[in-house]
Amino acid sequence: MKRASFNQLGLPVWLLLPQLVIIGVFFYWPAAFALRSSFYLEDPFGFGSTFVGLDNYNGLLASAQYVKVAVFTLGFTFLVTFFSLSIALVLAVKADKVIRGTRTYRTLLMWVYAVAPPVAGFLGVMVFYQGNGPMTEFLAWFGYEFRLGVNYYDTAAAMVAVATWNHIPVNFIFFLSGLQSIPQSVKEAAMIDNRSGTGRFWDITFPLLAPTAFFLLIINITYALFDTFGMIDALVKGEPGNNPMTLVYKVYVDGFRGNDLGGSSAQSVILMVLVLVLTVFQFRVMDRRIHYT
Amino acid sequence: MTVAADPVLISRSRARRGIRWQAISDHAILIAGSLLMILPVLAAFLTIGASDVEISRHGLQVSDGAHLVENFDKALFTRGGFTGAITGSTMLLNSFILGIGFAVGKIIFGMMAAYAIVYFRLRFATFAFWVIFTTLLLPLEVRILPTYEVVHGMGLINTYTGLILPLVASATATFFFRQFFLSIPEELVEAARMDGAGPVKFFFDILVPLSRTMIAAIFIIMFVYGWNQYLWPTLITTDEAMFTLVRGIKQIYQSIDGGSDIPEFGRALALAFIAILPPVLVVVIFQSWFVKGLVESDK
Repeated sequence: MKRASFNQLGLPVWLLLPQLVIIGVFFYWPAAFALRSSFYLEDPFGFGSTFVGLDNYNGLLASAQYVKVAVFTLGFTFLVTFFSLSIALVLAVKADKVIRGTRTYRTLLMWVYAVAPPVAGFLGVMVFYQGNGPMTEFLAWFGYEFRLGVNYYDTAAAMVAVATWNHIPVNFIFFLSGLQSIPQSVKEAAMIDNRSGTGRFWDITFPLLAPTAFFLLIINITYALFDTFGMIDALVKGEPGNNPMTLVYKVYVDGFRGNDLGGSSAQSVILMVLVLVLTVFQFRVMDRRIHYT
Repeated sequence: MTVAADPVLISRSRARRGIRWQAISDHAILIAGSLLMILPVLAAFLTIGASDVEISRHGLQVSDGAHLVENFDKALFTRGGFTGAITGSTMLLNSFILGIGFAVGKIIFGMMAAYAIVYFRLRFATFAFWVIFTTLLLPLEVRILPTYEVVHGMGLINTYTGLILPLVASATATFFFRQFFLSIPEELVEAARMDGAGPVKFFFDILVPLSRTMIAAIFIIMFVYGWNQYLWPTLITTDEAMFTLVRGIKQIYQSIDGGSDIPEFGRALALAFIAILPPVLVVVIFQSWFVKGLVESDK
């Protein structure tokens, strides 16, 4: 709030009302609903529900399939975050360094941001198409038969590749703007002190980029967890079967295909807690970041 | 600064040969990165000109374009789907309604709420702030099923309201405008009040014109975000006449796997092209606003 402000009661309430109503109806109500249903067992024929306490949670943690999905999600998130962050960092450093063409490279490397994940997934299906996709043919050249949607690990690899491709642009944009905001005087001073490019990068540039990297780490984890739904749905062609899937995809499969309201809600609550932990972690890191910039 | 004092130039003139090799490898890496981004999409779109038989036989290819018009015509104007009620142009229209409706809704509600929080002395302002900002923590994806139940209970399935409003229920735009309003000098409010301007006049005559660039940046980001939504539209639109492009493509690639007929590859690729083009154009054309908005909004 500003020191100089208007003293009125009616107007600000009316200004806040639409936002608060929408949030109340479409955010707090569903969230509370999820929390409540996670403690109940819904009758499959719609005849009411019974309170089962923590049974839904216990059932999940005991389920080998849920644990398998959780482990896959963990690995998937780690790989996508690692590859998209490191490739984007290399590209951003080079784009910042070249004397000519920075803007052109920026355009060429960022436009994929606007490609929707499910459309990216569809392109992935075409590129890794069984038998005649370009990547499938390329791998066959090395004697490897890539079978998307049939082989668990092949499908997982395609998911990681498409998600990484789709998420390089965001990382690139943030890294590049982080690099461009490093003062010229700092770069020049570093140039005089240290002639080796690699040394300069690790001693000066990387520490100055660390806050951006921290922030991007959280963004990437959130992306891999939640925004990849459409891409995965496209790559498995809507038929999860034995294919790998992420936790969010399982919430959807159990809730809408399996009609398991309680189990799906319990999964939602677990995800909510996961996001809350991530956000608290992010705020702590962000708080700290102020001290060294 | 004189040229001679520039250490970058000095070192470059000293080690010209070395630097040059360095520059070549830098450009090589950047070109490789650009190709990585472009090639999958380019390969898909060069294929649109081929017939379904050719595509199912050879996969992605450089086509002669003989079937280009036919495929785009099918994608835009032939009725498809299970009920045969939807054409690509209807989906295109729905996508624009979702993208623009979402962006406009976000901006209007966000600006109003941020204005109330920043510029008014309100006892419950802090409380409202926290109620609104908690929504930043939980994306729609983690509460899809209960949100679906709520929207279903309200009878909003297959309506634009049901499609757009739940997506608007998060505080990203409010947060962004709050940050921006806080950075506007206080003297402006004082001066405006001294001149006798009330809160409404101040908002429309001073705050909105000042926020113009920010509004544009937010609009671009939100438009792309809304256009690219998939999970929520998948759940909430069961009527094919309400499908957006990103949602409707699912129908087509599902048909790629099943059935004994030759799948409609050409049509699917043409639709993908139509789905990709508008958001990419917006992002590329308004690049500087977009980058500024993206980088600043997340600080």
